[in-house]
Amino acid sequence: MSKFRNALLLCASVLVAGTACAENKSLGLGRPALPEEIKAWDTAVRPDGKNLPIGKGTVKQGDDIFQANCAVCHGEFGQGVGRWPELAGGQGSLTSDRPLKTIGSYWPHVSTVFDYINRAMPFGNNHTLTTDQVYAVTAYILSLNDVIKDDNFELNEKNLATIKLPNEGGFREDDRETAEKHFWGSEPCMKDCKTDVKITSRAAVLDVTPENKNGPKVE
Amino acid sequence: MSSKPQDETLNRRSFLRAGGLAVAGIASANAARAETAKPDPLITEEQNWHKYLGDGVDKYPYGMPSKFEKGVIRKNVPWLTAETTSSINFTPLHQQDGIITPSGLCFERHHSGMAEIDPASHRLMINGMVEKPLVFTMDDLKRMPRINRVYFLECAANSGMEWRGAQLNGCQFTHGMIHNVMYAGVSLKTLLNEAGLKPNAKWLMLEGADASGLNRSLPLEKALDDVMIAFGMNGEALRPEQGYPLRAVIPGWQGNMWVKWLRRIEVGDQPWETREETSKYTDLLADGTARRHTFVMDAKSVITNPSPQAPLKFKGRNVLSGFAWSGRGTVKRVDVTLDGGKNWQTARIEGPILEKSMVQFYLDFDWTGQEMLIQSRAMDSTSYVQPTKADLRKVRGVNSIYHNNGIQTWLVKANGEAENVEIS
Repeated sequence: MSKFRNALLLCASVLVAGTACAENKSLGLGRPALPEEIKAWDTAVRPDGKNLPIGKGTVKQGDDIFQANCAVCHGEFGQGVGRWPELAGGQGSLTSDRPLKTIGSYWPHVSTVFDYINRAMPFGNNHTLTTDQVYAVTAYILSLNDVIKDDNFELNEKNLATIKLPNEGGFREDDRETAEKHFWGSEPCMKDCKTDVKITSRAAVLDVTPENKNGPKVE
Repeated sequence: MSSKPQDETLNRRSFLRAGGLAVAGIASANAARAETAKPDPLITEEQNWHKYLGDGVDKYPYGMPSKFEKGVIRKNVPWLTAETTSSINFTPLHQQDGIITPSGLCFERHHSGMAEIDPASHRLMINGMVEKPLVFTMDDLKRMPRINRVYFLECAANSGMEWRGAQLNGCQFTHGMIHNVMYAGVSLKTLLNEAGLKPNAKWLMLEGADASGLNRSLPLEKALDDVMIAFGMNGEALRPEQGYPLRAVIPGWQGNMWVKWLRRIEVGDQPWETREETSKYTDLLADGTARRHTFVMDAKSVITNPSPQAPLKFKGRNVLSGFAWSGRGTVKRVDVTLDGGKNWQTARIEGPILEKSMVQFYLDFDWTGQEMLIQSRAMDSTSYVQPTKADLRKVRGVNSIYHNNGIQTWLVKANGEAENVEIS
C-alpha cells in the first residue's frame, strides 16, 4: 500500500514539474539523424523497388564486371567454384533429392539480388562496385538464369522491380501451428510404448565428424 | 618427495587412476576392497600445490579457465563452409553445466568475419516511418532504463546436417549452434518510443555494421513485445564475436535475426525480403514450396552426457545430463528413455526455469554396462511435445535445412562409447 502511494506521489510531483509520467514520455536521448547521414546508410531495397538508387547497366557490361570480380568464387556462368554458391541453374530441382537453390530456381525477388550484391559483395572486397556496376552484374546474373534473354538489355531503377523471378510464388507464410497442430497437446506414452527397436541410421557409417576417435575405457 | 615441482600431467594421471579405482569399487566390491587396501599416494605423499606458493593476485588481471580445461573449446566443421570468415563454430554443450553458457564458449556465426568496433565510434540510427529519425551513441543507450534477461539463442540451422540421417558424432556438432546468456541492455520499445512510430508502421529492418551489413526484417508486434538491444552479456560487455558493442536480442526466435554490431533500425510497412530471409532461412518442403518467416524456434532437447564426446567411464552410479528449450515459452517437462523409447521417465529440471531460456535437466541412474538407446523429449508451456525425426520428416521432408528439432538418439555401447544413431 505504501509503495503504491509513493508511486502516486512520485507521479504527482513529476506532473507538478510539468511533465507526464506516462510510458511514452521521451527521455530526450539521441539526436536528430541528418539527411546526409540517412542517405549514407539507408541503402536497403525492397521488392517493390523502394529505395533503388538511380543507375543502369546492361547484361554485356555485367559479364565483364562479373568475370573480373565474381567468377573466381561463383564460376564464369554462375555455376559455383568449390563450396562457393551457385547462382544459376537448378530450375525444377526443388522437389528432387538434392535441390539446387539458386537465384533462378529459388530466390523470389530481383530486389534481393541487387541489395545483396550492393550490401555484401564482392566477398572480401565489399562495397567496391559502383551503383551502375551493381545494376550490370544483377542483369548478367538474371541472364545466366534466362530471366533476361537479350544481352543488350539495360537494367535500371525504373524496370528492376517489374522483372519477376520464376519462384516468386513458391513461398508461404509460416504455417507450423496449423500444419503441425498434432505436435501440440498429446500426453506422450511413458510405459511399454513399443516392443521392438531397430537402429536405422548411424553416424559412424558416414564418419565425417572432425574429432579424434579415442575409444574410452570402462573401469 | 622431490623438492622440484613435478610435471603436472603426471599428477593428473595418477589422480585419474585413483579416481577410477575408487569408482570401480562400486561395481565390484571384492576387487575394490583389495585395491583400496593400498594407501593413495595423493593423500599419503605431499603434493606440490600443497607445498609451493602459487601465483599472486596480480598475475591474471582477467582470469582464464584452468589449464586442465584446455579441451573445453568451440569447434568448427571445416567441410561445412568454403571460408572461416563466413562460417560457424559450435558450443561445447557436453561440457556445460547449468543454464549459462560462458561467454568465450558461445558459438560464433559470421558472414564477413568478426567486426572490431570501438564503442566510441559506434552509432545506432533509427529511420524510416518514424516521427524523428535519430542517432544514438553508446553513451545515450547506457542512460536509458536498463533491463537484464536470460535467453537462448539458437541458429535455425542447428541440427540442420541431420535431416537425412545421423551424421555428426557429438552434441557439440549436432546441437551446438545454441548458447544461453544473461543480457544487459534496453528494451527496443524504449528506443522506438524516442523516435515515435508513424501509424502505418508494421515491420522493422535491423542492420549490422560489419562488412556483410547483415539485415533482417522483424515484425513490429515482436519488436514491441520483448526485443532487447543489448550491450552486455554475462555481467560484462558483449564479446566482439557476439556483436560488440551492440546487438539485437530477439527472444525465442532464430539466431540469424539477432543482428550483431547493430547500427541501424529502419521502420517500414512491409518486409524487405533480404537475402537472409529469402534465399536462406526459408524452409523448403517436400512439395517444392517453402515456408518463410519461420521465426520461432520450436521446443527441443538433447542429452549432453553421455554423448559421443562424453562417453560413460564407469559402471554403477552415473549422471545423465542435458538441456531443453522452447522459443514459445518455458520448458514444462523433459522425459528421458534409456531403452530406445519403450519406457520413459521424467527427468529432474535443476536450476532456473525461465521464459525462452535453456533449462538443465538431470537423470541419476545406475549403469550395469548394458547397451542403451537414450533420448530426451521436451514439452513446453504451450503443450508442444518435441516430435521424433520421423514425425518431422512426414510433414517437412528432408530438404528443410532449418528447424530440425527432432528427438536425438545416442547409442551407448557396452564399452561406454556413444554414437549418433536413429532408431525405428
